[in-house]
Amino acid sequence: MLFAVFFPILLALIIPFLSKWKTTIHTGYFVLLAPLSIFIYFLQFIGTDFQTRSGSYSWIPSLNINLDFYLDGLSLLFVLLISGIGALVTFYSIFYLDTSEKLGHFYVYLLIFMTAMFGVVLSDNVFVLYTFWELTSISSFLLIGYWNFKERSRYGALKSMLITVFGGLSMLGGFIILVNITGTTSIQEMISQADVIFASPYFVLTLVLIVLGAFTKSAQFPFHIWLPDAMEAPTPVSAYLHSATMVKAGIFLIARFTPIYTLSELFFVIISGFGIITLIWGSFMAVRQTDLKGILAFSTISQLGMIMAMLGFGTKAAIFAAVFHILNHATFKGSLFMVAGIIDHESGTRDIRKLGGLMTLMPISATLAFFGTFSMAGVPLPFLNGFYSKEKFFDASLNLGESSLWIAEILRVAIPYLAVFGSIFTFVYSMYLVFGTFLGEKHLDKLPKKPHEAPIGMLIPPSILIIGVIVIGLFPNLVNESFLAFTAEAIYGKPVETHIQFWHGLIPAFYMSLIVVVVGTILALYQKKWRKVYDYFPGKLSFNRVYDWLIAKLESYSKTLTDSYMNGSIRRYMILILTAIVLVTFSVMLITGGFVIDYSDLAPITIQEVFVALAMAFAAIATIFTRNKIAAILILGVVGYGLAVLFVFYRAPDLALTQLVVETITVALFLLCFYHLPNLRERTEGIKEKSGNLIISVAFGLLMTMVAISAHSSKAFEAISQYFIETSYKLGGGDNVVNVILVDMRGIDTLFEIVVLGIAALGIYSLVKLRSKKEAE
Amino acid sequence: MEIIMAILAGILFTTGVYNLLQKQLLRIIIGTALISHGAHLFILTMGKLKRGAPPILDKTITDYTDPLPQALILTSIVISFGVTSLLLVLAYRASKENGTDNMETLRGNQND
Repeated sequence: MLFAVFFPILLALIIPFLSKWKTTIHTGYFVLLAPLSIFIYFLQFIGTDFQTRSGSYSWIPSLNINLDFYLDGLSLLFVLLISGIGALVTFYSIFYLDTSEKLGHFYVYLLIFMTAMFGVVLSDNVFVLYTFWELTSISSFLLIGYWNFKERSRYGALKSMLITVFGGLSMLGGFIILVNITGTTSIQEMISQADVIFASPYFVLTLVLIVLGAFTKSAQFPFHIWLPDAMEAPTPVSAYLHSATMVKAGIFLIARFTPIYTLSELFFVIISGFGIITLIWGSFMAVRQTDLKGILAFSTISQLGMIMAMLGFGTKAAIFAAVFHILNHATFKGSLFMVAGIIDHESGTRDIRKLGGLMTLMPISATLAFFGTFSMAGVPLPFLNGFYSKEKFFDASLNLGESSLWIAEILRVAIPYLAVFGSIFTFVYSMYLVFGTFLGEKHLDKLPKKPHEAPIGMLIPPSILIIGVIVIGLFPNLVNESFLAFTAEAIYGKPVETHIQFWHGLIPAFYMSLIVVVVGTILALYQKKWRKVYDYFPGKLSFNRVYDWLIAKLESYSKTLTDSYMNGSIRRYMILILTAIVLVTFSVMLITGGFVIDYSDLAPITIQEVFVALAMAFAAIATIFTRNKIAAILILGVVGYGLAVLFVFYRAPDLALTQLVVETITVALFLLCFYHLPNLRERTEGIKEKSGNLIISVAFGLLMTMVAISAHSSKAFEAISQYFIETSYKLGGGDNVVNVILVDMRGIDTLFEIVVLGIAALGIYSLVKLRSKKEAE
Repeated sequence: MEIIMAILAGILFTTGVYNLLQKQLLRIIIGTALISHGAHLFILTMGKLKRGAPPILDKTITDYTDPLPQALILTSIVISFGVTSLLLVLAYRASKENGTDNMETLRGNQND
């Protein structure tokens, strides 16, 4: 299983070398190897005697993150879809992409995506699942932006990336909480602890976070907006990622976690509620589109909503119908995308307003499209698989269990009506799609190319899918008993009925299908009359506008915010730093009761000291007001010499000496520069600026005074200085304790202080000496 | 006495910060010098003032003032001296090179 997951990405390593010969042999033929072999490998597991399998490979055992793979019915369905449709899409892309394209890039991205998808559906470890999940987002980003010279491609790629990664990160949050609750990283073990999770206070939070991940990935309302823009990708990518596989990753996630969350009524409300909204909104919006792929994109959204709703119903029949529809949707939607690609390729446009009457020119594509769209619409023809799943959907919507939650109760009553309502639009856009393209008038003069039937290679993959549609339609039990029953069992937790009747008879669901067809036909025929509704209804309410507005505002607000404090003025930064220091220190001191004054242990006050202190304070204040630079330097000197005098008073002879020398040199330095220094100007700041400066500096000084007094008043323990005094002579051999500390006890300080001086000297020397020629003159 | 010294240190900090917030480079350097004076006084006050003789050993004396803050301040004086002199030369070069010593106009380029 490990090899199956990583085979595509290993193949991706050699693709760049193979793509050098793309003119002689199309790179796609090599790529075909991966999905095809994996498909055949997994086919062997199909059968009525299916057993779950698992495999574990060490990755980060210390964090309980291992490559645990688990193959049950659910994984098997997805693995077969990914590899099967992957093989068809690769084959299709060989004919779709010209060798003048950057084929190496394309297939590398596609193979990375395959590995990522296999990883997502086979992982049993939540963190491994998340890793592969993000890998699908990244490879999807690369594939959407494949034609990166197009502005729309870049826009679509970025949009899908932002939305899906947002969901992915929420999901990671949900996983981390789940791991904390259950103490395991394995999904199967989490399922066995479902009641523990349900009892946890974080139950709803994990549910919402995981649902966010699933909804963004599966393009559920209101996160559906990235999918239509992802249609800028090459058509094989749209067919593969954005109809059959990646967008179903969210469905897979919900299905995988259903056994945990099904205990909750909220799960039903969220999943079915949003599923139904997505179904209606997607099918309603699809009719509005004029681009073939746009219609198909909204159709995918709506179909995904339908599957999501069925998963939300949570009844035995609904889950089986959901599983059945996952398979059916992949077959008909994949083929429809391929047909849309063929039309684009052969006529040069995808705009449905320019197309028409292609039936006689492209008979095979037309036939394929008819089967595909009729199946999608759920037309009651018993050889189309779409009809079965739609009828099962109606049937499930009629048979929902009882509930205690009032909102769930309302939902239960409304769901059948809403389902029919959404399906009517599904019918309308399906008919609009196929009749608008293949019937009606020909406008050959409007088309960039003269349309003709596609090469046989391009027609094979959609034909295989359509054959699948019919075979499943005629013999539903073929797929059902062999593996779909196991898929449903994996989600539902108990064995489900394994037999689908070929013809259900005249049950209520059949009448609902008939209503859809009748009303849908009427709406489709008179479409021109009611199309105006789109001018009013989504009109300005579209979620794309919300997204664009959000992105634009986010950028402009963050720019405004940054500009408001990063204005390049040193003064502004100083104010911010000092205000932060004052506020934080002051509030912490206040909260912890740090301010104390203790008068008991103070040195006596002498008049000389007070006099010196007064002189220093006076001089310090005078520096602010002086306008004469020599006066400023001398006043600064007064402060320094005053400090030296204080050092003398306070029994610090070495300090006094150093301070005197240093002060003298500093003053001398100032005087040396004196001639070159610009004169002090009158301070020009306004009263507002002045008072601001004053408040900050006074607050800072006050704070330091209070800290000094409080620190002095609260000695927590004895100083260690007694040790220095006692051992100064014994260990250091010196009487001057300060000097012994400097060179013996704490010599490293002194070493680096010397280094500092040396660096300063070198800096000064180079600043003075090294200058550009121009300046030296 | 410690309280008076704490207030003096506070005044030195206040005037230092006030100078720091000015626009002229020279005033900013004066501000930093004042702040370092304030800090030295601050450290000295922390270690209690005048609790005995200067820390030079003598058989007849038993009480000495705390020698550790003094060692720390000595280191600090030298470092602040180095920094102040470097700052001074830097300010000199900066004002020469840019033709102004007004910090509000020395903002760098908008697009850097």
